[in-house]
Amino acid sequence: MIELRGIERHFQVGDERVHALNEVTLDLPSGDYVSVMGPSGSGKSTLLNVLGLLDRPDSGSYRLDDVETTTLIEEKRAALRRSHIGFVFQAFHLVPRLTAADNIGLPMMLAGAGPRARGARVREVLESLKLLARAQHRPDQLSGGQRQRVAIGRAIVMRPALLLADEPTGNLDRHAGSEVVALLESLNASGITLVIVTHDPAIGRRARRQIRMVDGRIESDSVDDAPV
Amino acid sequence: MRLSELLRFVTGSLIGARTRTLLMLLAMSIGVASVVVLTALGEGARRYVIDEFAQLGTHLLVMLPGRSETTGGAPPLFGETPRDLTLSDAMALPRHRSILRVAPITVGNAPVSYANREREVTVIGATHAFFPIRHLTIGSGRPLPMIDPERAVNVAVLGAGLRKELFGKQRPLGKWIRINDRRYRVIGILSSGGQSIGRNLDDLVIIPVAAAQSLFDTPSLFRVLIQARSQEDIPRAQAAARDTIRERHDGEDDVTIITQDALLDTFDGILRALTYTVGGIAAISLAVAGILVMNVMLVAVSQRVAEIGLMKALGAPDRQVLRLFLIESVVLAGSGAIFGLAIAGLGILALGQLFPSFPIAAPLWAPLAAVAVALLTGLLFGILPARRAARLDPVRALSRR
Ligand SMILES: Nc1ncnc2c1ncn2[C@@H]1O[C@H](COP(=O)(O)OP(=O)(O)O)[C@@H](O)[C@H]1O
Ligand SMILES: [Mg+2]
Repeated sequence: MIELRGIERHFQVGDERVHALNEVTLDLPSGDYVSVMGPSGSGKSTLLNVLGLLDRPDSGSYRLDDVETTTLIEEKRAALRRSHIGFVFQAFHLVPRLTAADNIGLPMMLAGAGPRARGARVREVLESLKLLARAQHRPDQLSGGQRQRVAIGRAIVMRPALLLADEPTGNLDRHAGSEVVALLESLNASGITLVIVTHDPAIGRRARRQIRMVDGRIESDSVDDAPV
Repeated sequence: MRLSELLRFVTGSLIGARTRTLLMLLAMSIGVASVVVLTALGEGARRYVIDEFAQLGTHLLVMLPGRSETTGGAPPLFGETPRDLTLSDAMALPRHRSILRVAPITVGNAPVSYANREREVTVIGATHAFFPIRHLTIGSGRPLPMIDPERAVNVAVLGAGLRKELFGKQRPLGKWIRINDRRYRVIGILSSGGQSIGRNLDDLVIIPVAAAQSLFDTPSLFRVLIQARSQEDIPRAQAAARDTIRERHDGEDDVTIITQDALLDTFDGILRALTYTVGGIAAISLAVAGILVMNVMLVAVSQRVAEIGLMKALGAPDRQVLRLFLIESVVLAGSGAIFGLAIAGLGILALGQLFPSFPIAAPLWAPLAAVAVALLTGLLFGILPARRAARLDPVRALSRR
C-alpha cells in the first residue's frame, strides 16, 4: 500500500526553477495496475523515481506499507528498494559483461545471497521468462525484447511488491513491446503492484487505472472498471 | 556480499576493461619490480663488501702510525706522524696472550724486472705471519720463511699475474729478479685470482719486511696487522697493543688501531642506507603507479555511471558501492604487485647468471614492503574514485544515455 501526500519536487536548471512534481497526492493499493501518461517533461519519471525511493521529494509525505520513507536515512531506503521495489528501464541497463543469468542474479548477489540459492532462483526466473536457453548469453547477443525480459527478470528476482517500469517498450518494436507488456501484466496478475509510464496510448489504455500528468500535476486519474 | 563473489565480480569488471587494466598492471608491476631489483642490487653490494672484509682476515686489527681523532673510525688521511711505528714495536706485541699473530708491513712501489722485462708494481714488505692472517694461499713454492723479522733476506713471493708477465712460460722458482737495483730470489708464487678491497693480489711482490725497509730506506712501518686469538679477544688485544705501544713511546698514545668489526659496521651502515635510499627512490615509481590507479579508476567510474546507478537502484547502499570500487583498485594494485614480483624474480635470476660473483639477493623485507606499499597505494588512491562512485545520484546516473 502506497500513500503519497502533497509531494513536491523542484529542480534548479540554470536560472530556472522547474516544478517537476506539484502537490501530487496518490494512493496505490497493493496489486494495482496503473499507467502514467502525459507529455514529455510532465514529471512522469520523477514520480516513478520518488515511488522507487531513488529520489527524495522536497516536501510531502510518502508512506510505503505504513512506513514514512521521506525521513529514512539513505541506507534504510536502499534496503527498502532492495526488498520491495523492482525497476524496469527504457534503456534496459543490463551490465554488458555479465550473462543473462548473472544480470538476473545481480540483485541477489549484492544482497549477499550465496551462489546456490541464487542459482536456483535465477533458474526459476529464467524458466518463467522462457529464457533458459539464453542463460549464458551476454546482452549484446540478445534481441531488444529478450534484453528487456532479462531486465524484468532482474527486477522480480527479489520478489518485490512494487514493479516500476519507465517506458519499458520505448526502445522496442511493436511485437517485442506487446510481449513485454504481456509479461508485466502476467506478473501483475500474480499480485505485484505495477506502475507503467508510457507514451503509447494503446498500452496505457490496458491498465485498470490511468493517470495523466501535465506540468507536474496529476490532471486526471480514472479507473477503468472493465479491463481489456 | 561474500568475499569470493566480490573478487569474482571485481575481476570481471577489470577484465571487461582489458587495455586499461593491462596498462595499469604494467605500471604497477614495473614499480614493484624496480623496488625489489634495486634493493637486491644494494643488498648485493653490501654483501659483496662484507665478504671482501671477511676475506681480509679473521679477528683482524690494523695498527697504523698517527693518532686518529675519531677513535675506531676511518684512518687519518692527513696529519703528521709524531713517531715512527718500528719493527721492534711490532715485535713487542705478540707477548700478549690475546694476540695470536702479528704481521708488520711496509708498502711501496718499485720497478720489478727479470731478464729484459720490467713492471712497476706494489712491493709489500711482510713476514711469514702475513700469509695466514690475510688468507693468502701459495700456488707453488713456499711463502716467506719463518725467520727473525729483523733479518733482511733477499727472497720474494710473486703474485700470479706478475709471474706470468715476467716469466711467461719459464719456471720462476729459484730465479733471481731485480727490484730497483737489488736482487731477490723467487721462492714462491701466490695462487691466482686473488682480489682484495682496492688491491689486486695478482700484481704484487712480497719480500721480507726488513728487506723492504732497506729497499725503501725507511725505518717506519706502514701498518701492523694483528690477529686476535678469538672474537672475544679482539678488545683485549686492542688494549694490550695500545698499552705496549704507549709504554714504548714514552707514554704517547700515537697509533691508531682499527678493528675489522668497526670498519665493517661503518661500511655495513653506509651500504644499508644506500639500499634504503635506492629502494625509496624506486618506491616513488609506485606512488606514480598509484596516481595512475586513481586516474584509471576515475575513468572506470565515469564509464560505469549507469552501472553504478543501477546497483543503487537495485538496493546497494553507498558503502557497498564504495567497497566495490576500493576493492577493485586494491585488486588492480595487488595483481600488479604480483606480476612485479615475478618480473623482479626473473630479473634477479638473470643478473645472477650474468654476474655470478656478485651476490645479488633481495632482502626479505623488500618484496614484502613493495607489495604492502602497492596495496596501500591502491587503497589510498582508490578512495577518491570510490567515493565519487558512492556519491553518484542514481537518478542522473540512470538517465544519462
Ligand atoms: N535531475 C534533474 N535535474 C534537473 N531537472 C530535472 C532533473 N530530472 C528531471 N528534471 C526536469 O524535471 C521535469 C520533469 O522531468 P521528468 O520527470 O523526467 O519528465 P517525463 O519523464 O515526464 O518526461 C523536466 O522539466 C525535466 O527537465
Ligand atoms: Mg521520462
